[in-house]
Amino acid sequence: MSPKAQAALIAKLTALADDELILSHRDSEWTGHGPILEEDIALANIAQDELGHASTWLSLRQALDGTDPDRLAFFRDAEEFRCAQLLELPKGDWAFTMLRQYLFDRYELHWLSAATASTYPPVAEAAAKILREERFHLQHTQAWVERLGQGTEESNRRLQAALEGQWGYAQQLFVPLPGEEILVGEGIVPELRRLKEDWLENVTRHLQASGLKLPLPPGYQPHSREHHTEHLWSLLAEMQSVARWDAEARIW
Amino acid sequence: MVSPAPWPSAEAVWAALEGIPDPEIPVVNVVEMGIVREVQVHEGRATITMTPTFSGCPALHTIRESLEHAVRKLGLEAEVRTVLSPPWSTDWISPEAKQRLERYGIAPPKPVGDLIQLEPSPTRCPRCGSLDTTLKNSFGSTLCKSIYVCNTCHEPFEGFKAV
Ligand SMILES: [Zn+2]
Repeated sequence: MSPKAQAALIAKLTALADDELILSHRDSEWTGHGPILEEDIALANIAQDELGHASTWLSLRQALDGTDPDRLAFFRDAEEFRCAQLLELPKGDWAFTMLRQYLFDRYELHWLSAATASTYPPVAEAAAKILREERFHLQHTQAWVERLGQGTEESNRRLQAALEGQWGYAQQLFVPLPGEEILVGEGIVPELRRLKEDWLENVTRHLQASGLKLPLPPGYQPHSREHHTEHLWSLLAEMQSVARWDAEARIW
Repeated sequence: MVSPAPWPSAEAVWAALEGIPDPEIPVVNVVEMGIVREVQVHEGRATITMTPTFSGCPALHTIRESLEHAVRKLGLEAEVRTVLSPPWSTDWISPEAKQRLERYGIAPPKPVGDLIQLEPSPTRCPRCGSLDTTLKNSFGSTLCKSIYVCNTCHEPFEGFKAV
């Protein structure tokens, strides 16, 4: 791999991991606060899966540049994170959380399916592994979108409000990183523009069938993963507090 | 080639690893769960290849440490490698282990078959054997299990996800 491609791949792996890590933290905020016990457990499982996926992507990065995944997760400042802004937004209500997870799961399913054909075997292997776990997420969140959309007037209203709030942010998932075209050219990662068409078609169909109003005006669409919402700072302050207080965690 | 190696054989290592229970489901061991993929012994050093069940499984660290510990107890140096490919499948769980899971109260995983089909055949209640059961939640007490309820004996139970 050329040094340029390697640098682009390190950046991409970091962005993939950061999406999973930040979403995992937002989901984990529901632990102990879920609407019913079974859903509390389900979302805690999903959060744990996403954390595992973040760890998988960071271990691929570690193989390239030797960085320690724990250091990256717990000792970087907000400016160094490369997550999409959608995933930073506060957890909101149940409709907001379920919709975000659904939009992300659907994107991930398309991305991972395509990435199983990566010319870089570690990416292909990780994608195949993660894909097996992700299909359970999509099954779950897709059902929730339908349930809330077709449930009561209130649940529909809340889901529609969540959709209007998230729609523009979700588009950022399909904005390539600077230099990503090198990776696409070498067949290491799939091209986002193509995936976006599939994603758009799929989510539009499901959301409309669930009683939601689409299409929507694009709204605010973040472009660079170097910029973050103010929410990332407070999220990290909590997520990183234990590791920064006692990195060795020898005392329980 | 001439004299037998003074080191324990790969078979002896496999046998030792069979003594390691799965930390989350102790009625089955890590070998019959299909977590240990390969054992190589070379001049006092055992290289174990393992594969994670679920990426986020919190038991992975414990399993890795247990593998190293079991190998060292045989007087060998231990190296544990993790591979992701081919991805772990519940089809690798041995038939004996599946029976033990059922006796333990966990419906064993069905053959994976077509991955797109999420619920291909009914899940049998491990308590009364009824096939009239309902999936209540794809997610259970651990990443590898779902929650079901039996419509015959009305008891909830856990079932292994087929992956
Ligand atoms: Zn029963």
